[in-house]
Amino acid sequence: MIQFALLFALGCFGLAILINLYKIITAPGIGDRILALDTLAINAIALITLYGIWMETAMYFEASMIFAMTGFISTVSYTRFILRGDIIE
Amino acid sequence: MIVDILISAFLVISGIFGLVGSVGLIKLPHPMMRLHAPTKATTLGVGGALIASLLYFYFVAGRFSYHELMITLFLFLTAPITGNFIAKVHIHRHETRDSLPSTGSERPWATFESDEDRIRAEGHEL
Repeated sequence: MIQFALLFALGCFGLAILINLYKIITAPGIGDRILALDTLAINAIALITLYGIWMETAMYFEASMIFAMTGFISTVSYTRFILRGDIIE
Repeated sequence: MIVDILISAFLVISGIFGLVGSVGLIKLPHPMMRLHAPTKATTLGVGGALIASLLYFYFVAGRFSYHELMITLFLFLTAPITGNFIAKVHIHRHETRDSLPSTGSERPWATFESDEDRIRAEGHEL
């Protein structure tokens, strides 16, 4: 039963990532593009975690932790650059 | 058996929430509305997936790991910050000081208030 639920969740997050990629290409403004990139990073964390359950290994938690950190830092630095024209003042 | 049902329920709920968050990104009409779907629904979806992973490794694989709790805490702390920054980008690129609704006081929206105006209004520096 867990296998089927896992497949369903993997499919949902895979579809979500495809939707995010479509949104990154067709975004009307820069804010929407940053938002889609941030959502892409968060969905990638979920996908890596679910793949870790699928393979029954704890090896992928570090990868998802690094994704969480770099996703946050990249979103904040991108928005800072748009707002102030500079990342570190 | 109960643990299996619980883990499966968390996985299915997390998948639905993650998908709803991304569908909202293309479905909602206004940029400020689009901000709601990923920052709330997707964060909840990832939280569900991480809780399912925690339960799976504790009850099925037989080892407890703190990593999921760390990632969940980190995501729930950073999601409001990124949401706030993206909202500020929207405001500064698509709105002006006069197109925003009134704040109900003399002072403008905080993100449009200059440092000199803020010091004058509050009477002191930070």
